[in-house]
Amino acid sequence: MSDSLAVLKGDNNISLTVNGESISERVPVRRNLADFLRLDLGLTGTHVGCEHGVCGACTVRLDGKIVRSCLILAIQADGKRVDTIEGLSDDGYLEDLQASFHARNGLQCGFCTPGILLTAAELIETHPDADREKIREFLSGNYCRCTGYHAIVDAIESVVHSRQKKREL
Amino acid sequence: MNSQSENRWVLDRPNSYIGRSVPRPNAKRLLEGRGHFVDDIVLPRMLNVVFVRSPYAHARILSIDTTAAQSYPGITAVVTGAQLAERHEPWVGVLKHLQGIVSPPQYAMAVEKACWQGEAVVAILAKTRAEGEDAAESVQIQWQELPVVADAKTALDPDTPVIHDSLENNLCWERNFAAGDVDQAFETAAVVVEETFDIGRHTGVTVEPRSIVADYQPGEGKLTVYQSTQAPHMMQNVFAKHLGMNEGDVRVVTKDVGGSFGIKVHVYADEFAAVALSKMFQRPVKFIADRLESFVTDIHARDHLVKARMGVSKDGKIQALEFDDLTGIGPYSMYPRTSGIEANQIVNLTGGAYQIENYKAAAKVVFQNKNVMCQYRAVGHPVACLIAEGLIDEAARQLQMDPVDIRRTNLYPDDSYPCKSITGMAFENLSHIQSLDKLLDMMDYDSLRQEQSELRNRGIYRGIGLATFIEVTNPSPMFYGVGGAAISAQDGCTLRLDAKGNVFCATGVTEQGQGTETVIAQIVATSVGVAMENVRVITGDTEVTPYGGGTWASRGCGIAGEAAGQAGRVLRENILDVAGVILQTESTALDIQNGNIVDGGDGEVLTTLEEVARVAYYRPDTFPEDFQSELVVTRHYVPRDYPFAFTNGIQASYLEVDNETGLIRLLKHWCVEDCGTIINPQLVDEQIRGGIVQGLGAALFEHCIYDTEGQLQNGTMADYLVPMATEMPDIDCAHVVSMTRSSELGAKGAGEAGTAGAPAAVMNALNDALTPFNARVTAVPLTPQKILEALGTLSP
Repeated sequence: MSDSLAVLKGDNNISLTVNGESISERVPVRRNLADFLRLDLGLTGTHVGCEHGVCGACTVRLDGKIVRSCLILAIQADGKRVDTIEGLSDDGYLEDLQASFHARNGLQCGFCTPGILLTAAELIETHPDADREKIREFLSGNYCRCTGYHAIVDAIESVVHSRQKKREL
Repeated sequence: MNSQSENRWVLDRPNSYIGRSVPRPNAKRLLEGRGHFVDDIVLPRMLNVVFVRSPYAHARILSIDTTAAQSYPGITAVVTGAQLAERHEPWVGVLKHLQGIVSPPQYAMAVEKACWQGEAVVAILAKTRAEGEDAAESVQIQWQELPVVADAKTALDPDTPVIHDSLENNLCWERNFAAGDVDQAFETAAVVVEETFDIGRHTGVTVEPRSIVADYQPGEGKLTVYQSTQAPHMMQNVFAKHLGMNEGDVRVVTKDVGGSFGIKVHVYADEFAAVALSKMFQRPVKFIADRLESFVTDIHARDHLVKARMGVSKDGKIQALEFDDLTGIGPYSMYPRTSGIEANQIVNLTGGAYQIENYKAAAKVVFQNKNVMCQYRAVGHPVACLIAEGLIDEAARQLQMDPVDIRRTNLYPDDSYPCKSITGMAFENLSHIQSLDKLLDMMDYDSLRQEQSELRNRGIYRGIGLATFIEVTNPSPMFYGVGGAAISAQDGCTLRLDAKGNVFCATGVTEQGQGTETVIAQIVATSVGVAMENVRVITGDTEVTPYGGGTWASRGCGIAGEAAGQAGRVLRENILDVAGVILQTESTALDIQNGNIVDGGDGEVLTTLEEVARVAYYRPDTFPEDFQSELVVTRHYVPRDYPFAFTNGIQASYLEVDNETGLIRLLKHWCVEDCGTIINPQLVDEQIRGGIVQGLGAALFEHCIYDTEGQLQNGTMADYLVPMATEMPDIDCAHVVSMTRSSELGAKGAGEAGTAGAPAAVMNALNDALTPFNARVTAVPLTPQKILEALGTLSP
């Protein structure tokens, strides 16, 4: 192996919480979090679209904040909490967003969808009164080739409105 | 409803799902991250293939040393193009009906020389992709650089080197068409407008890259290929034919596809290599293109330089249209659809919405040392639309006519059908005038013009652009089959009633997110008479589904939907035959509604479908001896009376341009289109919107930029710009419904209409906004730089 690759050699032990489960694994130091989730844990809901941090398909939550799992090494998640589309679906966290996307067809092929849902969830948490312009701006790091975004914006806007109504009650 | 209404039985069924915006049943698992994409597949003993690709656009391979690579950890084998070439037959991307088209044989990997930057040269089979990439760095290839033919404009010059020794020159194909007396018409025209349209290369950028897993089992001599493709049966034929296998021993399985848009309907050399390697090593092999590979190997599209002119009378009537189109397609015509179809479409379709009597078009398709170019969503339509819509708007400007009025003057009136265009395109029933009126109403055209004028006085430059389009849908064998390609134009549907009253539906078309499975289920549920929850749709498996073409060219609903509807009708009749025996009544007096057998007259529930199935499957001994139930039905459909079911529509763009920065802000987009019977309004609208945004990306951002040495300059998603949510406008859609009489369902396609018209609408809106500056831009993408150059702020 050439010298330039030497820094990438070796494995490390990591312990982290993924979707509420405690995980201890030995991983190559160069393995990114997306590959770790997909290849080591079989969490294939996290998709790899560009591997250089532009498309947003690999978005996951790291200690409660969305990150691009292709730009983070698995060893950087050591000691942290990771939540993926699988866990956030099972625990009902995304339920109203998923229902709204389903009703409004805010997805077509579904490849970008896990990343979009996690981004949308953080948007509504941090901007509970987001309007269409804010929604579009917040989504601007998530690439969708199928929908043209309009239906996605509609689906998120509808959840913003329904949560606003719930707050008023 | 037209005179064929007696055949429209499926539209008149009780509890119909036709015309209802039913959510897609298969979308729920995608929303939970439980899709089945090819990269999710892991098979025992599976190897990952990593390709060493040519860094040069044109270079001879002098030697390849793979010794070091073989010794890397995790490496099973390293295979050169020459070694793999012994294991398969090459292919040639030509079709008989494109007379004179030529292309050299292409192998899975470069054998003697590489002809574009990114062409695969060496394959490394590794335990993991990362290990394969480590080893790839150590493959030593000695190259002899060859002169690069990058520019299509000079590809045919006598002093330009010829890329392929086996060919006389760099011409792949040309087509010339003329009708009427064009020269005479231009002489007498009041106004002649001339433009050069430069439509840049762009590409599909599916979020899921091209993906394939091939699994050759030596025991049975059987090959299973899991592929993200639009055409499983076509691929089955290709793999069998070029690997020397019996087609029956090849199975292609297509599960979820993460976007396709025409990108995934072609035969890619590297994907074929993965399959050939699986056969060679008798182990599963996975190839997932990474994003950088996608940019240099996914087909590129467009890349047309068009010189065009239009002659118009003083009252705005088009007298003549003439253009020369030049397109560069890379070093090979793609297999099996060829890279000539886009140019062919442009000759066929340009100005097809208008009554034109004098027309002349010449198209040249040339080889060059760039990535391969082929059919991508709306093949040819956006270019045809840019030419005709750009010219007609400029003619209107010179005549000081409103763009609406000049279109109304020239569009085929709605009562002129059936008729044929000047190029022989047969139109069954279009609705240009109704669509135009609906659009004007929807966008409140007059108020918008007033707003534009008021803002212009305040130094705010907004533009309104219109683009009329026609779209080729529901293609018959005239598209590919007549040219000798093993591509099915017909599609089949098999329905099976299970013992509990559920209907299993296997169809030859595939799902890539547009909602194919949903609309098929809607049609089947309606025609049989059951709830959608009781219909299961199976797609994407050549061993299970009826033979079919797959999903492309806006054919899924109109062709496979019709087969499904007819199969449903026959299954319902067969079920009622059984019910008639059980109930001892005439089956014609019965119907199926909501899964119940009912009296056809008053709707009284007589028994359930489940009960009929129970008796048919478990107690057929109770039937008369001469009665046999048939609860599996297959029907096929192919359009016969028209080569294509043309649709039509019109789009409008409203935008603002900053005359200091050249930046465009899209404010709103509208589309009225006519795809005949609408099965699911929401899904149709989302096809239109998604297609429009693909067209908006092409109009404003997307461009594969090459240097003179054939090197792609922007092969990352940071450099190649795609439309993101924040730059895109809201899009309003509406429809006119002119059903095709070619089928009982009456549905035409809608998948490409958005992409067809969007770039022209935006270009026209920009040029409308720039009118006060006497500036025009006709080069796509419409970048700030080009706009500032047109404004004279920047020098070209």
